[in-house]
Amino acid sequence: MTEESSESAEIPALLPIVDYLRLGDDPHLEASECTGCQARYFDRRNACAKCGKDEFRPVRVADDATLRSFSIVYRAAPGIPVPYVSAIVKTDDGTSVRANVVGLEDPMTAELGMRLRFTTFSCGTDDNGTDCVAFGYAAA
Amino acid sequence: MSDAVWILGTSMTRFGRYPELDAVDLASRACMDALADGGVTIHDMDVMGAGTLFQAQSGMGQRVQKQIGQTGIPVFNVTNACATGATALRTVYLSIKAGEAQMGLAFGVEQMGKMGLLRGGSKAEEKVFEPSGRYGAVTGVDGILGTETMPGVFAQAGMEYACDYDGVGFEQFARVAYKNHQHSTLNPLAQYRKEFSMEEIMGSPVQSYPNTLLMCCPTGDGAAAAVLVSEERLRSMPDEVQKRAVKISASVLTSDPWVESGQVQPDVNTLTRNAAAQAYEAAGVGPEDLDLVELHDCFATAELIHYDNLGLCERGGAGEFIDSGGPFRDGRTPVNVSGGLISKGHPIGATGVANVYEVTTHLRGEAGDRQIEGAKVGLTHVIGLGSACGIHILERAAA
Repeated sequence: MTEESSESAEIPALLPIVDYLRLGDDPHLEASECTGCQARYFDRRNACAKCGKDEFRPVRVADDATLRSFSIVYRAAPGIPVPYVSAIVKTDDGTSVRANVVGLEDPMTAELGMRLRFTTFSCGTDDNGTDCVAFGYAAA
Repeated sequence: MSDAVWILGTSMTRFGRYPELDAVDLASRACMDALADGGVTIHDMDVMGAGTLFQAQSGMGQRVQKQIGQTGIPVFNVTNACATGATALRTVYLSIKAGEAQMGLAFGVEQMGKMGLLRGGSKAEEKVFEPSGRYGAVTGVDGILGTETMPGVFAQAGMEYACDYDGVGFEQFARVAYKNHQHSTLNPLAQYRKEFSMEEIMGSPVQSYPNTLLMCCPTGDGAAAAVLVSEERLRSMPDEVQKRAVKISASVLTSDPWVESGQVQPDVNTLTRNAAAQAYEAAGVGPEDLDLVELHDCFATAELIHYDNLGLCERGGAGEFIDSGGPFRDGRTPVNVSGGLISKGHPIGATGVANVYEVTTHLRGEAGDRQIEGAKVGLTHVIGLGSACGIHILERAAA
C-alpha cells in the first residue's frame, strides 16, 4: 500500500480491492511467480502448489486478454447489483484471471473468445473517505 | 477367495422437505431400512461412516447411534463438500479392505430446508476498508471480481467446454435438464417429478446464464445408507442374500491436481478424469460396458462436461452425445435415470450414497417403473467443490 502514501490529505486515499491489484500511474495486476516452475498465484503463499518450491518473485500480468468463459449472473446475494458478466479471462501472457466484463450495454453480447483489455473502476467509499478501486476487463 | 467388498443392503428416504423431522431422524430411517434390507442389525456392524456437510461438527454418527444402537464401534464422521456421502462410503470400504471390519454401515444425510442460493457473500457496507484474508481484500468481491455463486461457477465450467468444442450451447445444456426432469417422473423417491418442455426450461428465470432455474438442483432434505460386507462374510450367508448383493468393483477418491486456471475457476474436470481412469482400471471395465451412470448434475452445465470426463462420449463430443439421445434412459448409456440432482434433489451429504442406492437397485432388478432392463454394471460419480471426486463402479452378482 505505498501508492497512496505520497498523496496529500485533501485527495481521497485509494485502496485496491485486493492486494494483487497495483494502483498508481499504471494500474495493473501483479502475481507471485514461482522461481522454479513459473506457476503464478494471486494469494499469500507458503509454497508452490505445482512444484513445491517456496521462492517467488513479483511479476506484472499482461493487460490484454481473451474471454475464455463467462456467465451472466442474474441471481446473487442481496445488495449485489445484477445482471453482471462474470468472466474467466486468459491474459496474453497465459495467466487466468477472474473478473467482470465491464462496459457492455447488453450483457448478452458477451462472446467466447472476444478480445478484452484490463481496466479499473471505483467500487465504493468508506467512512474515512477512502475510495476502493476494483478491476475488470472491457471489450478491446 | 477375493477380497472384494459388497453392498448387502441399501436405502434412501425420498428427497424433499421434512420440517417436522431433523437430520438424525432422516439418517436413522435410512440406516434402519438399509440394515433391514440386508437382513442384518446394528449389532452386526463393525464400523460406521457418517457423512454430513452442514452439521459436520455435530457428531452425527454418534447421534444416530444413540437412536438406533450404541454398540461401541468406531465412527468416522466425515465431510468433503458434495463428495461427503461417497467419502463416508469409501471410509467403510477401506476399513473392510484393511481387514479391520467384516461389515459396516455408511450413511449420508443433510437437512437444508429452503437455503436458496449457495455461496456468494451478501454485500455488507464496510465502515472502514481494511485488507484481510489471503488476497488482502478490503470488501467482499462476489459480483465485483466475477462470481462466487454455485450456479455461476458451474455455468463457467460449462462455457469453458463450449469455448473449446463445437456443438455446445444453451440448447444442449437445456436438453440435459429436459432429460433429468423427464426421468424423475418415474422415480417415487425424487423431490420433484414433473416433466417440462424445452421451451419451459429455456424460458424459466435465468440464474446464471446459461443455467436457468430449471437447470439448477434444488436444496432439500434427505438421507441414504448402505451396509457393506466383506466377500468372506458374504459367502457365509444364505444363497438368496448373496444373489441380491452387489459388488463394489471400484472405489476411488481423488482431489484436484494443480492446473494453471485452478486458482480462479475450480477445475472439476481433471480430478474426474483421473478418478474415472483409476476406477475403470480397478474394475476392469470401460465406459462402453456401463448400463447406467448416476453423475453429479448439480447444474445442467456440469452434467454435460462429465459425459466427456467419464469417457461416455468422444473427446469434445458431449454436445453431440446429448443431441443424439445417448444419455436418455433408452439411449446408449442412460445417465441419471433417477432424475439426477436437478430433479431427484441434492441434500448434499446424502447424494454420494443415494446414487449408490440408485445403481444398486437397478443391478438387483428392483427399480420398478424406472428399471433399466438387464443392468449388470453401473457407475456413480460425485464432485465436491474444492475439490473432491468420488467414483464407485458396481456390478451385479453372477447369477
